[in-house]
This record gives sequence, C-alpha cells and structure tokens, in this order.
Amino acid sequence: MSTTVQARSSRQKASRSGPRTNGTGMLAALHAEWTKLRTVSGPAWLLLGVVALTAAVSAAADGATHCPAGLSCPVDPTKLSLTGIQFGQAVVAILAVLTICNEYSAGLIRITFTAMPRRLLVYAAKAAIIAAVVLAAGTVAVLGSVLAGHLILPGHGFTASGGFHPVWLSYGPTLRAAAGSVLYLALIALLSLGVAAVVRDSAVSIGAVLAILYLFPIVLTFVTDPTWQNRLERWTPTSAGLTIQATTGLRKLPISPWGGLGVLAIWAGAALLAGGLLLRFRDAG
Amino acid sequence: MTATQAPPRAVGPAERDSFASTLRAEWTKFRTVRGWVIGMIVAAILTVLVGLFAAGGVNIGCGSAGAPARSGKACLPYIPHGPGGEVVTDSFNFAHQPLTGNGSITVRMTSFRGEHANINGRPAQAGNGPNMAPGLMPWSKAGIIIKQNLHQGSAYAAIMVTGSNGVRMQDNYTGDTAGLPGNVSAASPRWLRLTRSGNTITGYDSADGTHWTEVGAVRLAGLPATVQMGMFATSPNYFVTSPSFGGASSQGGPSQATGVFDHITVSGNPAGGTWSDTPVGGGGPLGQTGPAGPAGLHGASGPAGFTHADGTYTLTGSGDIAPVVPGPGSSLPTATIEQSLAGAFIGLIAIVVVAAMFFTAEYRRGLIRTTLTAAPRRGQVLAAKSLVAGGAAFVTGLVAATVAVGVGVPLETSKGQVVLPVPALTEIRVVVGTAALLAVAAVFAVALGAVLRRSAAAITLAVVTVVLPFLLTALHVFPPGVGAWLMRLTPAAGLAIEQSIPNYPQVTNVIEPARGAYPLPPFAGFAVLCAWAAAALALAFILLRRRDA
Repeated sequence: MSTTVQARSSRQKASRSGPRTNGTGMLAALHAEWTKLRTVSGPAWLLLGVVALTAAVSAAADGATHCPAGLSCPVDPTKLSLTGIQFGQAVVAILAVLTICNEYSAGLIRITFTAMPRRLLVYAAKAAIIAAVVLAAGTVAVLGSVLAGHLILPGHGFTASGGFHPVWLSYGPTLRAAAGSVLYLALIALLSLGVAAVVRDSAVSIGAVLAILYLFPIVLTFVTDPTWQNRLERWTPTSAGLTIQATTGLRKLPISPWGGLGVLAIWAGAALLAGGLLLRFRDAG
Repeated sequence: MTATQAPPRAVGPAERDSFASTLRAEWTKFRTVRGWVIGMIVAAILTVLVGLFAAGGVNIGCGSAGAPARSGKACLPYIPHGPGGEVVTDSFNFAHQPLTGNGSITVRMTSFRGEHANINGRPAQAGNGPNMAPGLMPWSKAGIIIKQNLHQGSAYAAIMVTGSNGVRMQDNYTGDTAGLPGNVSAASPRWLRLTRSGNTITGYDSADGTHWTEVGAVRLAGLPATVQMGMFATSPNYFVTSPSFGGASSQGGPSQATGVFDHITVSGNPAGGTWSDTPVGGGGPLGQTGPAGPAGLHGASGPAGFTHADGTYTLTGSGDIAPVVPGPGSSLPTATIEQSLAGAFIGLIAIVVVAAMFFTAEYRRGLIRTTLTAAPRRGQVLAAKSLVAGGAAFVTGLVAATVAVGVGVPLETSKGQVVLPVPALTEIRVVVGTAALLAVAAVFAVALGAVLRRSAAAITLAVVTVVLPFLLTALHVFPPGVGAWLMRLTPAAGLAIEQSIPNYPQVTNVIEPARGAYPLPPFAGFAVLCAWAAAALALAFILLRRRDA
C-alpha cells in the first residue's frame, strides 16, 4: 500500500518537474513501470511459468537421455540440461509483448504518454524493468535446470569416467553456458519488446516473435546447401544465440558462443531501435 | 443469401437456419476485417516463398580435375526406376545364367559375413585395408534371384538371408515377406529355393533341405521368356547419425557382404549351368573397378568377387536392391516433394494468429456479448467460427501448397537433386493434406482462443505444441526414441500427412521428420492432431456454456 502511494506521489512529482531533470524522470518512469508490472497478476504468473516450464522441460530431457556404458554418446550434457530454454523463451516472449500491447489494447497508452510525454523514457523504463525481471526469473530457471542436470545425468551414464564434464557451475564452460542462457532470455525479452512496439497488436506481435524464434531453425533443418546452412547458423537469432549453451565440440561451432550471443544482441538492438523510432514519431494508437 | 431470409418459425428448419445465419454472420466478420484477410494472404505468400527457399537452397556441384566444373542436373548419375515408378538402388554382384521358360534354383547357404567402412579411423578406403571393420549391415543380403534382365531397375523376385532380419523374400524393390528367422552359419545353414511358373515366382526356405516352407509367391507382370537366374550378394552403405549443434551429421561409408553357397541345383535350364559374373550397377566387391572380366572370376588381380571350388561358390558384393529413401542412408542427393512445403510452418503461424484473434478479438472489444445475444446458442457460435476459420485456412493452404509444390519440385530438380517420384494420389494427399493440416491447426487455435480468451497465450500454445516438437526432434535435442514419441503424441504428429515416401521396413534409415520420415503413418498422425483439436473444441464448448461472456 505504501509503495502505491509513493508511486503516485512520485509520478505527480515527475509530471511537475520530472521532464526537465533526467534522473528524476527516469526514476519515476521506472517506478511507474514497476508498479504496473507488479500490481496485475498476469506477469507474475508468466514469470512463474518461465521458471517452471524451463526447469521441468530440462529435467524431462535429462530424465529421457541415457548413455549406456561402453557406447560413445555424442551428447553435450550442459546443453541437454538447458533444453527447457527452448520453451521458456516462448513465455518470456508473451510477457514482453504484453508489457507493450496491453497498454495499446486498453487505450492506457494515451494516459501513459499524457503523464509522461517523453515516450522514449517510458520505453527505456519498460525495457529496463522487463530485462530485470526476466534476468531474475531466468536465473532461477537456469539454476533449476543446471541443478536437475547435476542430480540426474550422472545416474544416466554421464559420469567423469565416461569422459563427460560435470554439469555444475564450478566447470568454466558450464558457468558460461548457464550465465549466457540467462542473458539469452533477457535478450529474447528485449527483441520481443521491440517487435511489440513496432506492431502494437498482441496477437500479431506474438506471431511475429514466434516466427523469428522458430522459423529460422526450421528452415535450417530443410536447407541442405552448406553455405546457406552456415549463414543461417551464424546470423539468425536463436541458432546463433543458443551457441552460448555449447560446452563440447567448441572447435566445430559455426560461431563462437559469445559471438553468437552478440548476434542475438544485434537483433534485439535493431528491434528495440525500430520500436523506439516508431514510438517516437508515430501517433499513440 | 436467400436461405437466411426464411422466417425462423418451424422448429427443425429454424435450427438449421439459425446455424446458417450464425455461419453467415461469422463469415461476414471474417472477410470484412482487413487485417485478417491480409493475414491469410501473407500466410500463403510466406508459405510459398519460404518453401521455395528451402527447396532451392541447395546446389550440387561436381567436376573432375581438368574438366570444367559442372553443377545441377549435369552431375546426376544414371538413376534407375523400379517397375512401380519409384527411384531405386539396384547394385549387387550377380552370378547368373539364363533361364528360358519354367524352372527352379535351389541352394544351401552356410556362411554370410561382411565388413564395413570403419568411420572411427581415417576416411574409408575401398578394399580390405585396415580401414574396414568386420560386420554385416542389418539389411546386407545374399541369396538367389530371378531377374528380368541385367539392367538396373528391372523386375525381380529373390529369396535371401540378411544381416539381422532372417530369411526374406523380396520382389520389385518394395515387396518384403519374412521367412525363417535367425542368422546363417555352418551349424545352422539355410536352404533357399525359387521356382518360376509363367509369370509367378514362388520362394521356399528350409533349415535342412527336406522340410520346405513356402515363403511367398509373387507375379511379375510382363516377364520375358528368357530371364536371368542365379546367386547374388550385396550390402548397403553403413552410416551412423550423431547429433551436433543445430542439426545432425551423418557419417558412413560403403560395406560389402560375402555369401557362401553349395548344393546348387538348377532345373529347366538348357544352357547347362555355366555361371557368369556381372556386378549389376557396379555392385561388385569394393575396390573392383570396371566390369568384372575373367580376372574377377578367378582372382588373378583385384579382389575376387566370385570364386568356386568343389561345388562351393563364394560371392561378394556391395550396394543394395531397394527403394531409395530420403535421408542419410541414401547415396543420391535426394529430395522429396514435401521439402518444398517447409514454408507451411510460417503459414501455420500466420493462420494460427488470425484464427486465435477471430475468437479473442470479440472478448477484447466486448463484441462477444453482442454476438451471444444475437446467437444465444454458444455452441453454434463456436462451430461457426471453427468452420469459417478452418475453411479459410484450408483454401489458403491449398493454394499455397499447390504453388509451392508446383514450382518447388522443378526447382529442386534443376538444382541437381533427385526428387523422389510418388504416385499422383500420394502427391494429392500431400498437397491437400497440408491444406487440411492448416485448417485443423486453425480450428485448434480458435478453440484455444475460446478457452484462454487471450490471444497471446492461445497463439503461443498452438504454435509451440505444433512447431516445437518437430523442431526439437529435427535438431536431435532429445534422443531419437523420445523425439519419435513427441512426434506421435503431440499435435505435431499431424505433420506426418506430408510424408510422401513410406518408411520401408527393409531399408535402414532414421526417423527424421526434416528428411521426410515420421514415426506414425500419414493419416494416423493427422488423426492425432484432429484429436487434439477436438479435445480443445470440447473444452471450449464446456467453458463457453459455463462461463460468463
């Protein structure tokens, strides 16, 4: 209760004096966006969904995979333990898209922009808040996935004596894969936010985001030309971005793990930029 | 138009009319929202464009030193077609003699062994070098065969022992009947017999040479009076598929198999039993180049493909006598007609977006209250919306799939791929099935929209359940067994309707949806998707009646 009152008073303050001073404006915008996110039940459920779905699918993938003794298993245990990210990213996309589109569908965006005429400030605040909550939820989701892999996989034949590295954060590449997967989810959120700012309709936005996430890998499975395969692996958001999860066969990767995450960051940045420009120069629907 | 004008008085017609008017109302809503119509057109365009990119995203190059590089069609070797029109592999070592009229051949096999490229070492080289590892392929074959002539792709019937599938009788590349189980050895020999009577060839097997069992009888249409009859041996390529990041890579190499025959009896042959050795389709032992002359017969130089001493004949061959299937087991750059339908995935996303909005948009603007006041039978509204969205998706999909296959297949061919031909009925099933797939996905999305009342959640659920199982299986994220179960149980099973080349049990291949092999038969897979859509509709019906609008 007290925070809500504070939010209102700080917003009033911001509308009086905020636009002139940058710091106060940004803080007020952040506070407003945080309040919007916090006081409806949808985002909390979606964040819970990110955590539960990611960890559950990862654990299921671990549980389904066995490496019988005496056989060589071409499996990357860390990547296997992070399978749930493939599903979790869809929920992250819903969350990010709704952050923008719910305001448009309810007409709230006009009130928001009346209260905060500096639209890019509102947009930056939305991006910061959504990235922060996805980073938090993603950390829990990834830790849960890694823990599941750590507990399940050694019992399924993925032991050190079989030549497999431990799925635990003390192993450098696994730490990089885990931290990178959290960043991956945050970048997917920013990419979705940018697309939503361009499209403004929740249904079309989520369709566009899902197409970006899943279409390229599907085309990749059909295309047999090695040149095009290599191009798609290096420059499409999900294929490049998920190389951050690789911990085996690093020499044969089409793009380096951090380089791949960088490609996703370029996509997210481009989407955010396009969304920001349209938000700035277009009428608020 | 006029049907809806009838005054709704009588009870029976009134219900029909009220449904007709609901249907008409929903159709009017659908066609007058510009965004939805545009969405459907975008779905069709993207389906075609992405499909053509996937179909054309290949270029087969070839060329030898000193010669100008060639690409595309010019690279294709001679491609044999079987009597049924399918592309076949027909390479084996054949010790044969002509048979005119009726007759039979009986042999005993006491040994069947083989070796294959050792992919853990250096690249496989032909011959019995250190790079070969001992072992038969599951479908290595040796036995007796009656064949129309020595040309690849001609009609045949054969009875054989296999690497690990017991005795089989096979005919015309696709026919396959099981005989005695178990492997052949000196302690447990296999007796095989083929008899020709007119166009009918009957195969028998026996473990002791006295008690015979008929395995099967086949009719080979148009068999000439003089055919080739004899012993054969062949062994398909060895390959293993290992998952790698973003796809699977297949490694493999050739293999060869050697069968040992004795107690050979030939009846009805005036030629007097002189055996000639022909490696049909280059199917002689590995390392043997060119046709086998007399040298091949007696091992003067190069590996011996066919030797005999004291009534015991040893025959070595490599290749296969089987239909060509897409995937890593194939030696040709094969493509399937459904490869040009890869764009159906993006079409599906666009159609699901429109279909889900078709219901959820009413909730967002409160229109649902007006709709349900005008048509209080809520089940009818749901049915009408499903019909309209499904019908629109079907028409969109049919147009897009027809264009994609019509343009994509010639494109694949021009790029040097062997597009495996299928019967016209199969092609129609693939194209119409793709349209039906999109229609059922649209109904699924409408129902999910009615259940969830939020377009973002409904769209994500519909897209993720149809697309993601396919993607995760294609990327080999899960072990093959788990991937196959995902493709059986989830709505993604419906994609099987696009499979044009059947999963032949007698050809080793991997179940790889991206290469056109699904674990369920086409209509069974489609039924799974329909069951999901029906379940979602039932749930939507119940919730729509119970919940406030």
